[in-house]
Amino acid sequence: MTRRRRRGILIGGALCVLAVAVGLVLMALRDSIVFFHTPSDLTAKGIPEGQRIRLGGLVATGSVKRGQGADVEFAITDTAEQVTVRYRGVLPDLFREGQGVVTEGKLEAGRVFRADTVLAKHDENYMPPEVAKALKEKGLWQHGAPPPAATAPQTASEKK
Amino acid sequence: MIVELGHFALVLAFLICLVQMILPAWGAQIGEARLMRVGEPAALLQLGLLIVAFGALTHAYIVSDFSVSNVWANSHSTKPLIYRISGVWGNHEGSMLLWVLILALFGAAVAAFGSNLPTTLRANVLSVQASIALAFLLFILLTSNPFTRLDPVPLDGRGLNPILQDPALAFHPPFLYAGYVGFSMAYSFAIAGLIEGRTDAAWARWVRPWTLAAWMCLTVGIAMGSWWAYYELGWGGWWFWDPVENASFMPWLAGTALLHSAVVMEKREALKVWTILLAILTFSLSLMGAFLVRSGVLSSVHAFAVDPQRGVFILGIMSVFIGGALTLYAWRAPSLRQGGLFAPISREGGLVLNNVLLTTATGTVLVGTLYPLALEAINGAKISVGPPYFNATFVPLMVPLLLALPFGPLLAWKRGDVHAALQRLMIAGLLAIGAAVVVFAFVERGPWLAPFAIALGVWVVAGAISELLFRARAGNAQGAEVLRRLGNLPRSVYGTAIAHAGVGVMVIGIAATSAWQSEKILTMRPGQTAQIAGYELTFKGVAPNDGPNYREIIGLMTVSRGGSLVTELAPSKRQYNAPPQATSEAGIYVALAGDLYAVLGDDAGDGAWAVRLYFNPLVRLIWIGAVIMFIGGAFSLSDRRLRVGAPSRRRPRRPVPTPAPAE
Repeated sequence: MTRRRRRGILIGGALCVLAVAVGLVLMALRDSIVFFHTPSDLTAKGIPEGQRIRLGGLVATGSVKRGQGADVEFAITDTAEQVTVRYRGVLPDLFREGQGVVTEGKLEAGRVFRADTVLAKHDENYMPPEVAKALKEKGLWQHGAPPPAATAPQTASEKK
Repeated sequence: MIVELGHFALVLAFLICLVQMILPAWGAQIGEARLMRVGEPAALLQLGLLIVAFGALTHAYIVSDFSVSNVWANSHSTKPLIYRISGVWGNHEGSMLLWVLILALFGAAVAAFGSNLPTTLRANVLSVQASIALAFLLFILLTSNPFTRLDPVPLDGRGLNPILQDPALAFHPPFLYAGYVGFSMAYSFAIAGLIEGRTDAAWARWVRPWTLAAWMCLTVGIAMGSWWAYYELGWGGWWFWDPVENASFMPWLAGTALLHSAVVMEKREALKVWTILLAILTFSLSLMGAFLVRSGVLSSVHAFAVDPQRGVFILGIMSVFIGGALTLYAWRAPSLRQGGLFAPISREGGLVLNNVLLTTATGTVLVGTLYPLALEAINGAKISVGPPYFNATFVPLMVPLLLALPFGPLLAWKRGDVHAALQRLMIAGLLAIGAAVVVFAFVERGPWLAPFAIALGVWVVAGAISELLFRARAGNAQGAEVLRRLGNLPRSVYGTAIAHAGVGVMVIGIAATSAWQSEKILTMRPGQTAQIAGYELTFKGVAPNDGPNYREIIGLMTVSRGGSLVTELAPSKRQYNAPPQATSEAGIYVALAGDLYAVLGDDAGDGAWAVRLYFNPLVRLIWIGAVIMFIGGAFSLSDRRLRVGAPSRRRPRRPVPTPAPAE
């Protein structure tokens, strides 16, 4: 075999692997990415029921209700609009009213969000970037400031 | 005073770096030996100064000197000593100081042990190494000074994030950084090689052990992080395909590829251009990892509140080093002389396949990690790319890699024989098929692919053992003679086999725990019993407890199997004082078949508590596999051929030391 042919085989093989990988990536990007929305986006963009999305915002003060077993219900707000979230499971340690939170799941009939994942973050000052950005765009929060109170007066005194 | 001394040492180190960056490279250019010789003392001095700086900060942490802003923000007087020390790198400023310290350590290693390297190569390597240190020192001094004082002095600190107060996480960052930064060695050698316009086997002989050492540290660092996430985050998972995890995983994948291509370069002088590129890419991915973690641009379970201004600075560092290196590469790489020829089916061919698959896999992880950022920049849409993406792209690329893995070491250099290799792997193949059949017959639930994944793991482990037996020519000898021959095999052969077996062990663990994990979420009243994976778990109620810097509520549980008591579990919910933050401690019972994992949830009222139970079959094999890979690396590193360091400048004419199979 000549050097040129050997190199041809090598490059051809590598290109085949690359082509397969590109195919896999494109397919996966079409099927398995999840869009992030705020409660206001749900109305504004008309997200259909049953589509898997991430919903983020602040946990509305006074909205957390525990139901049967490990069922929990709470509301996520971006201070303009509010969406009820139902979740079955153990909430993360940093889940608290007034804190930034990201949930993942599907919208059900009656504007109820059925979440199967709830993410609250490691650090109590940490704001998920999507939430921070969404709040900043609405002019509700500046970087470095404590999270805005989910509904004005009560949480101000709760914050240390 | 000590703190100011540390700050002063840091500034001096910066100046030394400036000297070390300019003079040796200039000397190498004009052929002036006296200028080149500046590199070694400068590198050692730089290390000494950074040890002083790091020591000063550590001292401030140990004595809880809250006049230092960094100590105040990340430590607390009631914190146990070990976490006061680990607190030094448990924050942004301190961890960057650790980063440059390790960088200096590697630079000093070249100065101390590199006396047999060609003088100009050594001078250039030290210059490049200094330029990296220079950039990061500037970053620390301008944006992240750990020595800033506070006035008035606060009475007590704010404390370290409690989930970082953990033994595994105390040592996770140093290992991870040793890995990240260790790849700077390969980078510096690649740049120096490009500047000189020549690289040879001696180059690869130097780069390989350092890359191997960095790779070992990174392996352990990632495994520690995964283990920590497993028991500390309370989700029962060991890997989340989280951007920050990916940031450490990408350099690991690229580093693994580099490790293998450097073998080809050392033994056969082939793949030079590619190896150089890979060395640049590996360290570039490390830099990108630092950027992603430190800039806070990504939403991640591991992201901490960070200052976006710093991200811009690191982005600048990244652009200079990656862009500069790639430009130099584009300019100089064509002039590198091509090395040995080989047939597609050969040891080299196998290693090329390894490289193609590993780098492609790195690419898919990179796309998944950066796609959300790119999309948001383009049209503002915010998305998350989660495990489904990575399972659909990364895993299919690993299957051919694992299938081909046992063949590689059994093929001869230049031209291999697949039939012969297949014959030698006959028993391994039969064992793998047997394993699949057994799993298929005895485990009823779970995905149908799972038995094949287990078989793949068994195939890799058995293949590694087959390779050892083949090299010892076990087929035509009896007991004692086989043992004698096994004892005579070079350590690097053992290193390869052990590391590969570690991969197989890890694959078995991943397959088992992904396929057959059981999960139960329920509310339990005292006295209630839950069934999981054949265990009966009884909730006895909760009890309060006070720790050194936290209060906790412990859930008391007894675990029995078939009526007899097995163990007691005590998952707890902790409330730390400083900073005031809640964490969960999982209760874990480790059995041979897997882990029984319990997390205490919220108070559901009336004495009932939410409880989350998992049974994670064979999950320990994942970390055991990583440790085995580390041990394999250590074996290779201790091989005499590598320990000797760089060989003489003339190309070694020795025959390939491992017995090459007859063609």
